[in-house]
Amino acid sequence: MPRPFHLEGAEQLSVTPSESVRRGAERELEMLESLLALGGLVLLRDSVEWEGRSLLKALIKKSAACGEQVHILGCEVSEEEFREGFDSHVNSRLVYHDLFRDPLNWSKTGEALPEGPLGALRAMCRRTNPGPVTIALDSLSWLLLHLPCTTLCQTLHALSHQDSCPGNSTPVEPVHVLGLLHEELHGPGPVGALSSLAQAEVTLSGAMGQASAHILYRRPRQRPTHQTQWFSILPDFSLDLQRGPPLELQRHPDPHTPPVDPTTQLTFNLHLSKEEKEAKDSLTLPFQFSSEKQQALLRPGPSQATSRIFYEPDAYDDLDQEDPDDDLDV
Amino acid sequence: MFPELNHLLNTTPDRAEQGKLTLLCDAKTDGSFLVHHFLSFYLKANCKVCFVALIQSFSHYNIVGQKLGVSLTTARERGQLVFLEGLKSSVDVFFRSQEEPHPLQFLREANTGNLQPLFEFVREALKPGDNAEAAWRCPVLLVDDLSVLLSLGVGAVAVLDFIHYCRATVCCELKGNIVTLVHDSGDAEDEENDVLLNGLSHQSHLILRAEGLATGFCRDVHGQLRILWRRPSQLTAQRDRSLTYQYKIQDKSVSFFAKGMSPAVL
Repeated sequence: MPRPFHLEGAEQLSVTPSESVRRGAERELEMLESLLALGGLVLLRDSVEWEGRSLLKALIKKSAACGEQVHILGCEVSEEEFREGFDSHVNSRLVYHDLFRDPLNWSKTGEALPEGPLGALRAMCRRTNPGPVTIALDSLSWLLLHLPCTTLCQTLHALSHQDSCPGNSTPVEPVHVLGLLHEELHGPGPVGALSSLAQAEVTLSGAMGQASAHILYRRPRQRPTHQTQWFSILPDFSLDLQRGPPLELQRHPDPHTPPVDPTTQLTFNLHLSKEEKEAKDSLTLPFQFSSEKQQALLRPGPSQATSRIFYEPDAYDDLDQEDPDDDLDV
Repeated sequence: MFPELNHLLNTTPDRAEQGKLTLLCDAKTDGSFLVHHFLSFYLKANCKVCFVALIQSFSHYNIVGQKLGVSLTTARERGQLVFLEGLKSSVDVFFRSQEEPHPLQFLREANTGNLQPLFEFVREALKPGDNAEAAWRCPVLLVDDLSVLLSLGVGAVAVLDFIHYCRATVCCELKGNIVTLVHDSGDAEDEENDVLLNGLSHQSHLILRAEGLATGFCRDVHGQLRILWRRPSQLTAQRDRSLTYQYKIQDKSVSFFAKGMSPAVL
C-alpha cells in the first residue's frame, strides 16, 4: 500500500501520490481552476471577520503560474504590501496600477494616474497584447464608493467581454476579471447588480477558525451550481483544502488564559469535612417514603384526638349559624 | 497608559509596532479611555504625535494624561505633540479670510467637499523635520473621533478618503501608526456610520471594541473589550485572533479580567 506524504506548495502538479493526496490535489486544481476556467467576472465577497484578499492573491498566483499576465488595480493596499508573499516568478508577471497612493490627485504632483479611477479602469479595457490576461480589482468596494454603480457595471461588462469586440480579426483569449467586494459596505442593490454580472461568486465565511468558500457557478446555458469548500491559505498563497467543517471535538486550550479555579479565593467555605459528609449522608429527608412512615399511615392511631381546630372569632366577624346553602334546590 | 492593556495587546512602549492602523470603536458605552491609553502610550514611546481632538478640550486630555503619567503641555512645548483643538479652532474658521486654508475648512462650505485641508494639516505636522532635532520614534496620528465628522455634515466616503490618504502617508510612507475612534450606533439605523465603521474595519490591523454589557449597567464591571487582530504578517499565516475581556475603570487605571471572573463576583 503506498505511503501517503504531505503536499508541498507548488509541487502538487507533479506528484505520484497515494489516493488521498491525489484526490486533494485534484480538488485544489478543481477549486482554483474551475474558478478561473470560465472567462468573465469572479466576484469574491468577504467580510471583516473573513477577509478575502488572501484568496484573491491565491487566484492571482495560480493565474501567473499558468503563464498569464496579471494586471492589478490596487486601491486599498500599497504595492509593496500587495506583492509581499509572492515569489519572484509571480511578481515578474504582476503589473500593479497604483490607485493607493494618490487616487484623488490631492498631491497635484502629476504622479497620480490621470483621469482618476474611472480612467484607469477604462484603460484596462484597451488591451494591446492578445495573450491571456487576468485583471484583479482590489477592491470593487472602493470603486463602488467612488463611482456610480451603473458606470462601474457597464465598465465591468466591457472589461470581461473583450473577446467579443467587433472588427477584431484575431481571436482573443478570454479575460479573467477577479473582483474583491466587501459585503457589509453596500446595500443589496449594488451587490445584486455586481452579482448578476459575475460568472462565479465566492462568498467567504467560516466557523471555529476555519475558512469556507460558498461558490456559485453561473455557467452559460446551464443551471447555477453551488459548492461549499473548506480551506486554508498557506503563507505562500497556495490553497490547502479541508475535507469538511472543523470537528467539535478539536478543542484547543487557549494558552493565553490559564484555567482559573474559582474556589480558591473565597470568603466562604465550599468544601465538606468527613464528619459533615457522614452527617449529611445519614440524614433522612422529611418527605422520603420509608417503611416506618408506611406503618404509621396504615395504623389508624389516635390521631383524631390530636387534630382539633381552635377558632377565635375576630371583632368584625359575622357569625351566622345558618347554613348558607339552605336555599339551594339541589 | 494602562499596563494591563499593554499586556493583553502584547506590546510595550519600547516595542511598539509600526505601520499599523488601530481602530477603536464603542457600542453602548464610552470608549474614550482607549484614546487616553494610546495617547499616553505613544507619548511615552517617544513618538511624534499629531492629535486631532474634536470632542474635548486640551485641558481635559491634559488632566487625564497627568493621571496616566504624561504631561501634554510639556510634550506640546518641546514639539512632540501637535494638538488640533477642534472646539477652539472651529470658531477661527469663521473669522479668517477665506484664502488661508484651515484644517476645519469643511465647516464653512455649504456642500462639504472633502477633508483635504485636514489631511494637509496632518501631513505638515508629521513630516520629518529637516534639522537635526530630537529624532522621534515614529509619527502617530490620533483622531478623537471620526463619528463627529459625520454629524458635522461630512460624508462617510469623504472621511474614508481622509483616512485612506493618512494611511498612505503616515503608515506606508512614514512607517507610523494611526489610532482612531468611531462610535457604533448599534440599533439606531445610521447607514453612513455603518459604512464608515465597516470600511475602516477592513483597513485596520487591530480592532478594539468596547461594548456595554448586554444586561445593562453594573457597578463592578463597566463593559467588555473585544480585541481582534486582522491582517497578520503573511509569513506566519496565523489565523486572525480574537479575544474578549471584561473591564472596570478606576481612577488611574483599568483592570481587565476574563468574562465572569470579576473579583467582585467571585
